[in-house]
Amino acid sequence: MTPPTPPRKGGAAVGPAVGPAAGGRPRRRRAARGGAPLPLLVPALIGLAFLVLPLVALLIRAPWASMPELLTSTEVWQALRLSLICATAATLVSMVIGVPLAWLLARVEFPGRGLVRALVTLPLVLPPVVGGVALLMALGRNGVVGQWLDTWFGITLPFTTAGVILAEAFVAMPFLVISVEGTLRAADPRYEEAATTLGASRFTAFRRVTLPLIAPGIAAGAVLAWARALGEFGATITFAGNFPGRTQTMPLAVYLALQSDPEAAIALSLVLLAVSVAVLAGLRDRWMTAS
Amino acid sequence: MTRSARRTRRTSQLAGAGVAALLALSACSSSDSGSDAGSGSDTGSGSGGSDKVSGTVNVFAAASLTESFTELGKTFEKEHPGTKVVFNFGGSDSLAAGITGGAPADVFASASPKTMKVVTDADAAAGTPATFVRNRLEIATLPGNPDGVSSLKDLTGDDLKVVLCDKTVPCGAAAQKALTAADLKLTPVSYEEDVKSALNKVVLKEADAAVVYKTDVQAAGDKVEGVEFPESAKAVNDYPITLLKDAPNSAAGKAFMELVRSAEGQKVLTGAGFTAP
Repeated sequence: MTPPTPPRKGGAAVGPAVGPAAGGRPRRRRAARGGAPLPLLVPALIGLAFLVLPLVALLIRAPWASMPELLTSTEVWQALRLSLICATAATLVSMVIGVPLAWLLARVEFPGRGLVRALVTLPLVLPPVVGGVALLMALGRNGVVGQWLDTWFGITLPFTTAGVILAEAFVAMPFLVISVEGTLRAADPRYEEAATTLGASRFTAFRRVTLPLIAPGIAAGAVLAWARALGEFGATITFAGNFPGRTQTMPLAVYLALQSDPEAAIALSLVLLAVSVAVLAGLRDRWMTAS
Repeated sequence: MTRSARRTRRTSQLAGAGVAALLALSACSSSDSGSDAGSGSDTGSGSGGSDKVSGTVNVFAAASLTESFTELGKTFEKEHPGTKVVFNFGGSDSLAAGITGGAPADVFASASPKTMKVVTDADAAAGTPATFVRNRLEIATLPGNPDGVSSLKDLTGDDLKVVLCDKTVPCGAAAQKALTAADLKLTPVSYEEDVKSALNKVVLKEADAAVVYKTDVQAAGDKVEGVEFPESAKAVNDYPITLLKDAPNSAAGKAFMELVRSAEGQKVLTGAGFTAP
């Protein structure tokens, strides 16, 4: 999972004032590729090892012998399927309401915009379990909004699959919003301005000009949000509970397996890891390098 | 124009880096470790009188012991100045997994002999564990018991939202035992990861009832109402406690165990709803 690099349109035009003659550029680039300075290389390698080592340890200690048996259990497939469905649904929800929110934050001047931006990122710093409790207080059976959902429409969200999707979207959407907003701010607003001066409405300009322009940013944000939703644990178990087939996603299954059978937990984690790496790698080839 | 363009690009790069950092941070936010092992040296505030027992005691204890052990911890710190009791409360099984995985703990108080066995089997306990209290199950209902729950059988209806602990944690295993003894089948809306989260679903009124320990009902005060049921006698939980082999501070750990098993400690524990062994 790499952070989204903001798309570079116009490539080398970053700092024309700094670069010397145009002829010196290719040579400099080659030199930069050859020898990374030690003060950067050493911490970079430590950073890489820090991130990769636990995963390698997981692979080394994995109970490979009992893997086939674990992978054929219906409970595992149930949890995996639910995880993939819920993470994808949560990402879609985040995109439908998150992209317009990012646009609002990036393009519309309004008082208190800084505060709104801080509020949007709040779920990132909130412990997910607290996020789950907060969701219960808002959308639970006796929640601020939830009690009306219950009495008017007969909808109760806790302990349902919809609740899982909501909890995951709550935690994952900020990643998408931040990523898309960053891309929007980097994108040149003059294209939109040109479109509007040519007679397009602001919404048409957004749809036909802005959206294609920031598509890579949306894709990157969606991938981040999806990955975060897939691994979501705290908000999910607090808001939606844990019931096999309905609300028990893989992270919940892993956590509970850890209590009785750590080996099974490792195996389950590896399944989740393999699936997410496969999906992310597939997406990366198709979308992200296309920018 | 170019300057503002450059600035926006830089902010977008910052945003990208921020996302990366936050993604990394959020990964560790779900762990609720209360053990700051590295903070042993911060209590060097001129403590001249070096008692026999000093330093930090790390106690891993079942979630159901939260209230009583916290109180005993304060008593301990008062009786042994210069000490600090650090608790790690949680599901007994995950605590046991932490201990066998090498977490620095001095004392382990579990909610079931089965989870204690995980620790003794891994040869991580010093000496044989001793049962220090017992706990019984009770049904926690909403305040005033609006659904008129009076027995375990009343929970099996479709109209009630009931939460149980997951079978992998002691309160869930005990509930299953009681249900089997009563020959009942109960489909809850959720199998919660520990007893406190099961209870909290009732406290927050999201569930109508939960099968939890008597001590948890008592600790919740008037936020829930407890209903006793006879089958709970078939599923009494023994709580064993032990000193750990790799205890960083075994002297203080031993002293804390003595306090737990003393008349004073037992008084606090029975006051919280436990029964003496």
